[in-house]
Amino acid sequence: MNGFFDIPSDLQHSYPGLISWHMQEALIPVLVGLLLALPIGLLCVRFNWVYAPVLWVTTVLYAIPSLAFFVVLIDYTGLSRLTVMIPLSLYSLVILVPSVVDGVRSVPEETNAAAAAMGIGLVRRYFQVQLPIAVPAITAGLRVATASSISLVSVGALIGNQGALGNLLTTAMLYHRPVLAVNSVVTTAVLAVVVDALLVLLRRVLTPWQPPSARRAGRGRATTAGAARTPESVS
Amino acid sequence: MNVLEFIRSFFSDGSHWHGYDGIPQRVWEHVQYSASALAIATAIGLPVGLVTGHTGRGGNALAFVSSAARALPTFGLLVLMFVWLGIGITPVMIPLVVLAIPPVLITTYEAVRNVDPSPVDAARGMGMPEGKILLQVEVPAALPLILSGLRSAAIQIVSTATIAAYVSLGGVGRYIVDGLYQRNYEKVVGGATLTAVLALLVLVLFWAVARVAVSPGVRRRRTA
Repeated sequence: MNGFFDIPSDLQHSYPGLISWHMQEALIPVLVGLLLALPIGLLCVRFNWVYAPVLWVTTVLYAIPSLAFFVVLIDYTGLSRLTVMIPLSLYSLVILVPSVVDGVRSVPEETNAAAAAMGIGLVRRYFQVQLPIAVPAITAGLRVATASSISLVSVGALIGNQGALGNLLTTAMLYHRPVLAVNSVVTTAVLAVVVDALLVLLRRVLTPWQPPSARRAGRGRATTAGAARTPESVS
Repeated sequence: MNVLEFIRSFFSDGSHWHGYDGIPQRVWEHVQYSASALAIATAIGLPVGLVTGHTGRGGNALAFVSSAARALPTFGLLVLMFVWLGIGITPVMIPLVVLAIPPVLITTYEAVRNVDPSPVDAARGMGMPEGKILLQVEVPAALPLILSGLRSAAIQIVSTATIAAYVSLGGVGRYIVDGLYQRNYEKVVGGATLTAVLALLVLVLFWAVARVAVSPGVRRRRTA
């Protein structure tokens, strides 16, 4: 592994620089996707008939390949980070909307009735009662979204070196230095695993009422029926 | 010129319709890559998902395997395999299969696990052997979800198979990668459109398969 961390100077970034660039390009879109998914989820929960068309639109959006999406956007946003981040936001949105909706729908009816009886309005109930209960389902979606986002940033290397760690891959081909490709893959995978672990930690912090043992036992039907379906099935 | 204009001029150009770089040839290559990758991923993921879902064991191991597979960057893996193995179909198949296994595996596992236990217990009470319970009771009930996992894997494969062109193979990604280097925007947009159309066809195909394969009783209960 000689020269593992020797980054060719034409990338104009150090190794830590590439990592922080990669994280920005991957995580800001997930955040944007989440911020968009919350109000859309509210609409889908409130008006049931909205959900089916929303699912269709997002499924079709997800079918557009990232490379094609990047390339088409070049005409509008140029060879910039934005060109990579817009498609990634949409992909995150596609993954997150079903997790939010299924998570909120799995909230027990008694809980909703109790909130209504306490005079909590619709929007406040959504944010203060339903969303906290839906946290496990939403983090399940977030884990899929961040993993795919971190992986897809690399494809940005094909449109004028906008791929952060992915740029190492194109350089590896250019200078025929496989070690750079190994570096890129290993670093990206480690980043994905670390972010995944942080999300699991976040869920534990946000759902203190779930004791660790019950969580494992709770992987049965009632708790995960919605959550399990979300991340993979709809996208 | 907007995107629609590009699409129109790409598809109305007669030279795009025949020869080794013609649309039929490229689409056929793309379908071949995607179908083989999906077949391999299904051959690995489906049996494992069915058995673990039936016994209810190994859920944590599956979750670990699938998050590890998800963490591997597809494009990175492609380039790495290409640098190591050289030109060929294997460097393309490995990343595509790694990409497709988590959705197939996890969805199948969860689908079989979440089948209503009462018909399963009834079948067991009537003396049905475990293998038959899995294939004749659990699989039909879990089929809609299993198919949705396969569908999501297929869509991801079809849209990701475009990057095969970057390591000198064919497929409709050829138009995107070549167009990018030739600064031929029309070609790029054409390739992108073809990929999106293929992905939509996958959606339609799976919808049709679900209509035919899913038992009417299961379908009715899901819509109710």
